[in-house]
Parts: sequence; C-alpha cells; structure tokens
Amino acid sequence: MNAGGLSAIVPMACVTAAALAAMAAEAFRARGERMPIGPLGLIGFIGAALSAALLWNRNQTSFGLVVADNFGLFTTGILVVVGVLSLAISEPTLDRERLPRGEYYALMLFASAGMMLMATASDLLLIFLALEILSLAVYVLTGLRRDSPVSIEAAFKYFLLGGFSSAFFLYGIAFTYGVTGTTRLDDIGTLIAARAMSPTLLQLAAVGLLLVGFAFKVSAVPFHMWAPDAYEGAPTAVTAFMSTGVKAAAFAAFVRVFLSAFEPLRDEWSMLIWGIAAATMIMGAVVGVAQTSVKRMLAYSSIAHGGYLLVAIVSANDVGKSAILFYLLTYAVTNIGAFGVVAVLEDAERPNDRIADYAGLWSTHPGLAILMTVFLLSLGGFPLFGGFIAKWYVFNAAVNAGYYWLAVIGVLTSVVSVFFYLRIVVMMYMTPSDNPARFPAVPRVAAAALIVSAILVVYLGILPSRILDLARASIATIF
Amino acid sequence: MTFPILSAIVGLPALGALLLLLVRDERNEALIRNAALVVSLLVFAETLLLAWQFNAASADFQFVERYAWIPAFGISYAVGVDGISLWLVVLTGFLTPIALLSSWESVHRKTRAFCMMVLLLESAMLGVFVSIDLFLFYVFWDAMLIPMYFLIGIWGYERRIYAAVKFILYTMAGSVLMLLAILGVAYLHSTTPGGYTFDLVRLYELSVPANLQFWFFLAFALAFAIKVPLFPFHTWLPDAHVEAPTAGSVILAGVLLKMGTYGLLRFAFPLFPIAAAYFAPYLAVLAVVGIVYGALVAMVQPDLKKLVAYSSVSHLGFVVLGIAAMNTQGVQGAVYQMLNHGVSTGGLFLIVGMLSDRRHTRLISEFGGLKNVMPRLVAAFLLVTLSSIGLPGLNGFVGEFLILLGAFAWSPRFAVIAATGVVLSATYMLWMFQRVNYGPVSNEKNAALPDLRPREWAQLVPIIVLAVLMGVLPNLFLRPMAPAVERMLDLVRTEAPSEIRAELR
Repeated sequence: MNAGGLSAIVPMACVTAAALAAMAAEAFRARGERMPIGPLGLIGFIGAALSAALLWNRNQTSFGLVVADNFGLFTTGILVVVGVLSLAISEPTLDRERLPRGEYYALMLFASAGMMLMATASDLLLIFLALEILSLAVYVLTGLRRDSPVSIEAAFKYFLLGGFSSAFFLYGIAFTYGVTGTTRLDDIGTLIAARAMSPTLLQLAAVGLLLVGFAFKVSAVPFHMWAPDAYEGAPTAVTAFMSTGVKAAAFAAFVRVFLSAFEPLRDEWSMLIWGIAAATMIMGAVVGVAQTSVKRMLAYSSIAHGGYLLVAIVSANDVGKSAILFYLLTYAVTNIGAFGVVAVLEDAERPNDRIADYAGLWSTHPGLAILMTVFLLSLGGFPLFGGFIAKWYVFNAAVNAGYYWLAVIGVLTSVVSVFFYLRIVVMMYMTPSDNPARFPAVPRVAAAALIVSAILVVYLGILPSRILDLARASIATIF
Repeated sequence: MTFPILSAIVGLPALGALLLLLVRDERNEALIRNAALVVSLLVFAETLLLAWQFNAASADFQFVERYAWIPAFGISYAVGVDGISLWLVVLTGFLTPIALLSSWESVHRKTRAFCMMVLLLESAMLGVFVSIDLFLFYVFWDAMLIPMYFLIGIWGYERRIYAAVKFILYTMAGSVLMLLAILGVAYLHSTTPGGYTFDLVRLYELSVPANLQFWFFLAFALAFAIKVPLFPFHTWLPDAHVEAPTAGSVILAGVLLKMGTYGLLRFAFPLFPIAAAYFAPYLAVLAVVGIVYGALVAMVQPDLKKLVAYSSVSHLGFVVLGIAAMNTQGVQGAVYQMLNHGVSTGGLFLIVGMLSDRRHTRLISEFGGLKNVMPRLVAAFLLVTLSSIGLPGLNGFVGEFLILLGAFAWSPRFAVIAATGVVLSATYMLWMFQRVNYGPVSNEKNAALPDLRPREWAQLVPIIVLAVLMGVLPNLFLRPMAPAVERMLDLVRTEAPSEIRAELR
C-alpha cells in the first residue's frame, strides 16, 4: 500500500484552513466590528481551485485513502464553483436574518471541505466520515435562524432523517466488510468480481443498504421527504448551497461506489435504481406543479434533477459517468443562480416567496427578471442554455445503454417541469401586479455572482465542448 | 473562403436584436422600430441574394458551412440550403419586415423587447430551415419556442397566457420524443465504422433497421404533426393564433407551421423510408380528415381570426397529403403550397389585424358593408381571399392543383375527399367575405373607418404582388426546387423494399 504524500488533500486543506481562520476571526472579533470573513472563504476556495488544477492528471494518493484522480478533482472544481457562488449570494441573507457571520462562513467552509473529501475518498469508511462532516455542518446551517420555528423544524427533520440514513449507510458498510473483509473500494470491486456468479444474500443486503443511504442524501424518491421542508426552512443562501453541493458530493461518491466497487453486481442494482430514477423524476415534476412557494417549487425541481442524474447512473456507461459531472456543474451554476435571485428578492418583513409575489418583476427589476428567466429556462432544458446540453447528455447515455423507456419518462417529465418553471416566467412578464411586492436593493457582490452564473449557463449551453471534453477525460482515469 | 452567407442570414437578426439593446432611451419607439425594420429588410435582401446565387440545376445542399461544435459526438454547426428550403428561407425574410410593420400601430408597450423577440424568432426560424445537422436543427427548433412564447404571452389578447403556455407545452411534448429519436439515430450511426455523427447528409446513408424506423418515425412524425398541426393535434393552433398579436399570427401562420411539414419532408421521410411508406396512408387519412374538418369548423366560426386559424388546419392538410403521396407532383405541390399558405394566410392575418386595430373586435357579426367604407382595403382583402381559396391565376391554385394531381396518382380516394376541401374553402371564405364586406353598413361604428394607410399599403402590396407572381409564373419557383425534390424522392424510394416501392411509383 502506497501511503503517498499529502498532496491529494491540499484542496480540502485549503478550505479547512479558511474555515479555521473564519472561526478565529469570529472569536477575536470585537462586538460590532465587521470583519471581511467572506473574502477569507474566497481565498480558501481559490487555493482549492489552484491546487486542484495543479493536481490534474497526476493521480496523487494520500494515506492510501484519498485519491486526487481527475474525477475527484473535477468534482472538487464543481464544489469550488458552488462554494464561491454561495458565498457571494450569502450577504443579503446574512444581513436580513442577522445571522452570525463567522459561524455561518465557518460551517459553510467545513461543509465544503467535507464534500471535497467525499468526492475523493476511496474507502467506504472515509466516505462515511466525509458524509458526516458535511451533514453535521449543513444540519446546523439549516437551523441557523434560531428565532424561526420553520428553520428549526427544517433542521430537526433534516437531522433526524439524515441520522437515520447515516445508520443505513453504516450498516451497509458493515455488511460489505462482512462479505469482503475490506472497506477499500478497489479491493471490494476485485473481490466481488472474483466471487461466484450468483451474488449472495449478504452482498445484496450490503448494496441495498448503501443504496438507501445514498438515496437519502441525493433526495431520491421515496427517500426525499426531508428535502422540501429542509429547503424551504433553511436560509435561502444555505438552500442554494446544500441543494447543489451536497448533491454533487453525494453523486460523486455514489458513482465511485456503485460504478466501480459494486459494478460487478450491476444486474442486481440497475433495475432498482431504474425504478428510483423514474419515481424521482415523476414525483419531482408532478408535485412541483402543485407548489405555490418558489422555494418549495425549486426544491421539487431539485428532486427531479436528482432523478435525471440517476438516469445517468443506471446507464452506467462512459457517457453516463461524464454526463453526471457535466450535469452537476450545470445544475450547480443554474440552481444557485435561481436560489440567488430568490435570496436577493427576500425582504425582512415579507418573504416574497409566493409565486404571485413575482408579478410584474420585469417592469420593476428587468435585470433580475431576465437573470431568473435564464436560470429557469436552463432548468427546464431549453437549448442555448446549459441545462439543455446537460439533459441531452444524460439522455444520450440512456439511449446508448438501451434504456429507452427511462429516457422517455425523463423527457416527458421535463416537459411537465417546464410548466412550473414557466409559471414564474408568466408571473414576471405577463401578469401585472395589483399589490407590487417591494423588493430590497440588490447588493453588488450578489448581483455580480448572479451575472457570472448566467454567463456560465449560457456558455455551457452554447460552447459546451471544452467542459464536456474535460468531463470525459475525468472519468477515463479511474474506471 | 467564400462569404458565409447562410451564417450571415441566420446571425444578422440576432445581432440586430442585441444592437437594439444599445438604444439608450427605451421609449424612443420610432428609432427602435426603424432599426428593427432596417435589420429585417437587410436580412430579406440577403435571402434574395441567396436565391439569386442559388444554382437551380443542383440537387445538393449549397452554400454549405461546417464547423465542429461538439466534436466528441460528431455534432457540428452545419448549414446549407437546397431547393426545398431555399424558398422557405426567402419566405421568412419576406414576412418578417411585414410582421414588424403590422405591429407599428398596435404595439406600444415594451416596444424594444417586442422588436427583439421578433428578430430573435426570425434567427431561430431561419436556423431551422438551413440546419443540416440534426442536433443543430433541434436546438433551433426548440429555441424558436422561447421568443414565440413571449410574443404571445406579453403582447397577445385576453387569454394570451393560456394560449402561450399551451403552445409551448404542446410543442415541447412532441419535440422531446423527437430528441430521443435523434439520439437513437446518432447512436446507431456510432455503431457503424462512421462513428458518431448528427450530420444529415451522412445519416441519409445510414440504413436503419425496420423495427427501429417504426419508432423513430413515430417520434419525428409526432413532433412535426403537432407543429403542422395535423388533426387531431391541432387544438393549440386556434388558441395561439387568436391570442397572438398580429405580427405573431403572421409569423406563426406564415413560417412556423411550415416547420412541421418541412420537417416531415426533410427528416422523417428520407431518414426512415420504410416506416414512411408504411405510415404514409395513415398520415394521409389524418390530412384528409384535417382538410374537411378544418374547413367545416372554419365555416361556423364567429371570430375572423379563428376562422383563418381553422382554414390553416385545412390548408396544411393539403400539404401533408402531398408529402404522403411521395411523387413529384405531390411533393412539389406540397412545397409550393407551404409558400402559398405563408403568403395568403399571412395576408389574411394582416387584414384581420387591420380590422381589429380599427374596431377592437374580430367578430364577423360586428362588420358588414365595409366595401362602402374602405374600398381599397376590401379590394386587397378580396385578392388575398381569392388567393387563399385557390383561384386560377393566383398562387393557391398551383399548389392545390399539383397536390391533388399527385394524390390522385397515388390514391384516388384521398384526392376525391381532399377535393371537397377546395369547394368548402371557397364556401367559408366567400361567405365570410360577403358578411364582412357586402350589404349595407349595418353597424354605425363602421361608418367612418379610415381606408388603407401608407404603412398598410406597404404590407399588403408585396403580398399581393407575390400572390400574382406565384400564380402566373410558378416555374420561377418550381424549377429550383425540382432537383432537390427528386433527390428526396430517390432517398425514399431506393431504401424502401420492393413491394412498397412498387406502390409508391
């Protein structure tokens, strides 16, 4: 076993260092003093991005447990994008809710470090550890509005169900260890492949329990119950962060565990995930139609997008694996953008969270309305926006693998979801408002982040080739 | 390297739309409108140049440009025109300035956004007609929905939101399945030595297994049938037409509907010839039902716009019938009828828009005796009506005649039933015309309506000139399209098995 140097953990070390610095800054802050803690986080993320870029194509391993292969590094890149954009849109939420800045940033950075660890861990136990690091931080972030019953309820639900799913996950690891005698992913793969043709009951139990654990984390139906409540109750910037970051990290680990370690058992789990994917897409789209709260609607949309990502996992071919990476990036940029607009429009007295509150936004805030339109159309999968290329890529994977019906369900549910994305567009452009919601002024940093997100969405939609090639190169190194 | 004229044609409207953003004062409507009009006229000039330089003797795609776009999957930015798409490109260039003119008096809210949407829509429509890469085609096909959705939803009439959402959901529901079929075809090609490609010319050479053709053709045909719209997928059309502003209706009827029939002709039939031969009779049945049904429903409409909308269902049925016949006359007639319908129905919507601008109603019962009030407008109305009916000497006749000829050679039954559509169209159009224009001026609100204004002359004269020109000199338009039509027919015939081929001949 090659212990290797420490280079593979540098990206998450940078973020962790920034988190510690944020904590220290908060501790030594005089009462009432404003400290630039946000920029600290930014420095951490820049360090992570740079080190990830330097590690590219080198396949470094640390402790024999953390592998900085291109797949993990690409995911790290996505997480950096998620982190930076989330930091930038946090300001209005923090001000309005009077949240403790130092704790907020520190928790967000710790969560990011956990996500990066999860994306690069090559041992089930380490994946579990990373999962707990990020989950604990996110539970607290969800409940950060201590005076809000909704926020606390959301955090409590999220915590209980999250703890429950962690137990499943751990149980799955135990069974896996029982079957194979190891928790290392590569060894599990070779051991299972070397075994007899028909899988044992114990193996199936291990796969099933791990699947449940992952399904919880990526909010796949029927393990999605926590998501709408947690997304609605959390401060909006946190929702943006967790709906993209947690998903990216969980899917990265999902791919690693199921498409490398448990690849030999694909016949057993593929039908299961097929069903989960179909149910998730249908559920997310159909229930999303019935929502009146923008945040809840976007929560169901996130569930549906998780379903599309599962389609790529079921396909289990090279196109599918790189599709997951491309999709996660596009989805992260788009979804943070959409939640960012929601965050910017929130007002201390009035949450402005009803879809009807967006009436006439085009007349009062044309810029925000256009940005929101870009994000919504991208989520709906219209061409010229990143969402289209991402969906095309996923369905391409499904068609190549012969899962025509899953692809049909996917495209039809995406039409259904277009209906509810357009409801907001209808409100913004086509409905004059009798009682115009008063929106606060837009802070510059947040506006810049939204504009950058929109540019990225359009870039990914019109010139996706470079990123696609990068995603394709990322999966070549490990699988 | 030659001048990339097709990219210039597709790109110019979008560029113009972006340039409109530079106008400082959003309320400077005159400047915005004139700038948009100039851009659209330049595009029209480009399309005329294209027609001028077009080599009428060649059946191949011309002015082809190819650039790698997503090379990993053989997706390229590939554009080109042949005789089938050439005139549709020119038609798009022709109708867009007219549509902009038609909104001069009626649109005063958010004028800049309106002009931008029309120009973006033009880019997308032109893109659909010149794409020879399936992926690129799909991108334009779907992108086109967005500006149209906003045009209907923001500047439309009372039930505009319902109509806009219905329009976009209907069209998407059909087209997403086509996307899967496109992916399927490309994947099939990737299993051959040729590798991944979405290039139409290379995919034409792919022989798709019959059972897959069946499904792929269904997916393509569904997308196109909704767009045409073929009975029974037509229900979005009356809503969208009625609620859209005049400019939207003109473009919708004039160009957008042609995308469906164009798609059948360009993609569904030649890519999947066996399935096409199998499904052609079913398509023809739907087409014929649409012809008669559309005409009958049009007859009882109290609303002028709805009447014209249902007449579109009927007329587009002819086009599909001509395509289903799969012989020279039928297909040539179908392409010709697409152009005709664009011209005459576009003209009808313009006139309905002018009436509705004057009276703020579109109900036939509100009018009557307009001949005495607005003789010039009514004269133009008469010419456009006659061209829509298909009077010999005007454009409509040539198309319908060729289609019926082709349909008769293929299957006389369909031709006979379709021919009743010709009679019915004369009935509902002339009856409507009589109720609106003849008799005494029954409603005193109509007594002092102004006749054609200069700007309205500018919209109607080109339409009428073109209607006459296409009626008198059809060969001018048919000659360049003939080689491409033959090539398309060859593609369908050579791949179909012998027994179906015999039936096709």
